[in-house]
Amino acid sequence: MSRAGQGDRTERGDRTGRDERADRTARIREAMREEGDAIAEHTREHNAGRKAVTEDFPEYETLRERARAVKEDAIENLPDLVDRLRESVEANGGHLYVADDAADANRYIVETVGDAETVVKSKSMTTEEIDLNDALEAAGVEPVETDLGEWVIQLAEESPSHLIGPAMHKDRAEIAALFAEVFDPADPPETATELTAFAREMLGKRIREADVGLTGANFVVAESGSLALVTNEGNARKVASTPDTHIAVSGVEKIVPTVEDLEPFLNLLSRAGAGQELSAYTSLLTPPVASPVPDFDAPDEPLSAPDDEGTTANPDREFHLVLIDNGRLAMREDEDLRETLYCVRCGACANSCGNFQSVGGHVFGGETYTGGIAGGWEAGIEGLNVAGEFNDLCTGCSRCVPACPVKIDIPWINTVVRDRINRRKADASDFAFLPDGLAPDAEPAGLDLGKRFVGDFATLAKWGHRTAPLANRLADAGPVRAALERVVGIDRRRDLPTFASESLVEWFDRRGGARIPLADADRDAILYPDTYTNYVDVERGKAAVRALEALGVHVRVPSLPPSGRPPLSQGMVATAEERAHDLYAALAEHVDADRDVVVVEPSDLAMIRSEYERFLEPAAFERLAGASYEVLEYVYGLLENGASIDALVGGDDATRTSELAYHPHCQARTLDLEVYTLTVLERAGYDVRTSDTECCGMAGSFGYKTEYYELSIDVGEPLVEDFGGTDRTLVASGTSCGEQLDALLDRPARHPIELLAPPDSASR
Amino acid sequence: MSIETTFRESLSELDVAVTRTTPGSCADAIADAADGKTIGVPLPEGLTLPPDVIDRPTNGDLETAETGVTPATLGIAETGSVHLESDRAGTELVSLYPQRHVAVLRTEDLVSDVATAIDRLGPDLRAGGSGVIATGPSATADMGSLVVGAHGPGEVHVVLVEAGR
Ligand code: SF4
Repeated sequence: MSRAGQGDRTERGDRTGRDERADRTARIREAMREEGDAIAEHTREHNAGRKAVTEDFPEYETLRERARAVKEDAIENLPDLVDRLRESVEANGGHLYVADDAADANRYIVETVGDAETVVKSKSMTTEEIDLNDALEAAGVEPVETDLGEWVIQLAEESPSHLIGPAMHKDRAEIAALFAEVFDPADPPETATELTAFAREMLGKRIREADVGLTGANFVVAESGSLALVTNEGNARKVASTPDTHIAVSGVEKIVPTVEDLEPFLNLLSRAGAGQELSAYTSLLTPPVASPVPDFDAPDEPLSAPDDEGTTANPDREFHLVLIDNGRLAMREDEDLRETLYCVRCGACANSCGNFQSVGGHVFGGETYTGGIAGGWEAGIEGLNVAGEFNDLCTGCSRCVPACPVKIDIPWINTVVRDRINRRKADASDFAFLPDGLAPDAEPAGLDLGKRFVGDFATLAKWGHRTAPLANRLADAGPVRAALERVVGIDRRRDLPTFASESLVEWFDRRGGARIPLADADRDAILYPDTYTNYVDVERGKAAVRALEALGVHVRVPSLPPSGRPPLSQGMVATAEERAHDLYAALAEHVDADRDVVVVEPSDLAMIRSEYERFLEPAAFERLAGASYEVLEYVYGLLENGASIDALVGGDDATRTSELAYHPHCQARTLDLEVYTLTVLERAGYDVRTSDTECCGMAGSFGYKTEYYELSIDVGEPLVEDFGGTDRTLVASGTSCGEQLDALLDRPARHPIELLAPPDSASR
Repeated sequence: MSIETTFRESLSELDVAVTRTTPGSCADAIADAADGKTIGVPLPEGLTLPPDVIDRPTNGDLETAETGVTPATLGIAETGSVHLESDRAGTELVSLYPQRHVAVLRTEDLVSDVATAIDRLGPDLRAGGSGVIATGPSATADMGSLVVGAHGPGEVHVVLVEAGR
């Protein structure tokens, strides 16, 4: 493992977990109160916009593949590309400087700026990263942000709360108040239009007077030394063409080999980020540009000489490209963080994230970067301590994965970062003296108790089931809940799962196993007794058995190892990997015998179909993933292959109404599974309303944790808006979604299979 | 659907007005599209600016003009974009500073999509050329809700010139 993500700026104090939790709760509460509404409105708008422009865009997937391939190659060949770029920029008459770190970059820029009074800037997250404005001010140069959102942030002395909308956390009234306070204008602007006109006026003047224009770059082309700059306001155009000196600052990862390589990105960037086909302005510049340099101090002079024509570089113009390493080259060597460098900073991962929609980037973000991918950026650039501040907020719901235009596995990056944080904390803990062999599993001995408690849910559930009802009574007892909250951080306001005294496997044995003999069966299937279905929500497992048997399947319910989902969500990667090998070993023979593997809990299926790719040999992964089905997906397949829906309908469940409110599980949505549930329920005659809320907020165990309880309720709020006013029967496939719906709406949710399975007596 | 129809539909979605004209009537079409003090840069051969357009603007004119007239080197049908080349005459600045931009585009310079446009622009960029693919007016959502007209023009008008005279 390389050193990226290992060097930290600050050292952890020895505060207790409880204090930290209380701090975090307070910060989250404040962000939800102060910034939550504006953030929620804007992120949801962008997210809906992205979906609208990508849904009817058939080339979208191909473009994502191509963009991804370009980035993979470019990062692979980065050192060569830097050399090529240097030649191109110098041949064009510009200068290229590759800065090792923030200080190096700032020194070069301050030197280049020289005795300039003002530098006008267009939006650049990279200059935020290196704190360039501070360096300029220290050198007596005034930096002026010209992107309206960035300017608001500069005036308010705050930091950006979103990659593409730095002031997204502020609403119109706050901006009006800010302008009134800072400028005290005679006629204070109020409406958005007035505020924009005011800003244009003020900033227009600053741009006309400025000595140097500083921009970022969305992409840099090695073969030609060209920059792509994507904006809506037009400020980057003005900044790059008005002063005679243009400095562009960008991360070294932004290089692509050829002009033609820009195409997939230009087609994707604005669609993914803001739901626009293209932003208003895509500048493609090979600086120094040809444009004349306007001298507003000489208003009567012609803008350009009458005989001046053509498009060759204007000799009065100077161009500097500053590429910044600052940890990126080490990230390139880091197998798990490398993918972060493919990021084009569109912000779609933030927009599609339930937690981000509630708290914004001041909580879900680090020193500079915000949203899910900030985990990778901050770990690589600032170190694990900064990344650790907000790492918990990625719950692995995976809704950002299909949103990302370059197909980055953002949850995986955050899981790896979590694993590194766990290990580092453990090393520093009181238990670090224990010899490795005494550690109970693949995780370090000093692993945070809360993490171990939740991450080892399989053991806990087994114990709970063996000792139920004692365990259930105990779990409900006040002192136990208080201790759970204090020691492992499980919030008292949550109902704990009730363990069943008879597990699904035991029930299945007791009833005498399969009721459809193999000889009469159309299919032979393993119903996977995942931890929840086996020990907690046994009824949905029984319903699944009955439904599959009604459709002519020979069902087996063997005792099988857990999938490894809970440890993975706690960042216990080594444990999750062990589980993957165990489960594969236990299922391999069944798969070889052509048995299907049917999974009830969507998060377990997602493990098998997605994350196992990282743990198993490719052939093993393909075989197991190929044989595994989510239960409703499987039912759909049986129906398509001739089974009759009539075998499923006609139960006598009194709680059932024909109108359903269905919340698809986040990970199932990412695997495009919700359509099967919807179709089967509709074929069975139900009227289904589906929520478009990305995640219910519970996200496995996240919503159980004291410091996140309120946040998780807030994330689920849109579900209350969607379903609260109806008496539709609530339907959810995920256990935790069901718990959350129950908590939010105060009525129980059913698993869809329970609404389809014939009653016990009717099964053969 | 013809490439031109697609282009016009895309422009209308962006609230960009379009006038179709012949080379001979181009100057009149520009005059109709312009508003207030108007500055311009020379158009390609065969096309002329109306007489009251300031074709050699001063720095002061750039600051005070209400309309800027420039040629566009390409139009992209699918997105309703025009490509404006940075040149010594000042196309970039003249299309950017005034509140209204009138882009003069020849129908033969229409291409269907972004990919084709990039293929066309590649050689220019490699030869040191620069420009902007402009799609509709400038806009911002940073002041609480969407506002059209931020740093760049708030109104765009395309004068589409057919081949011939
Ligand atoms: S990780 Fe993907 S979705 Fe998130 S900002 Fe980067 S490119 Fe956009």
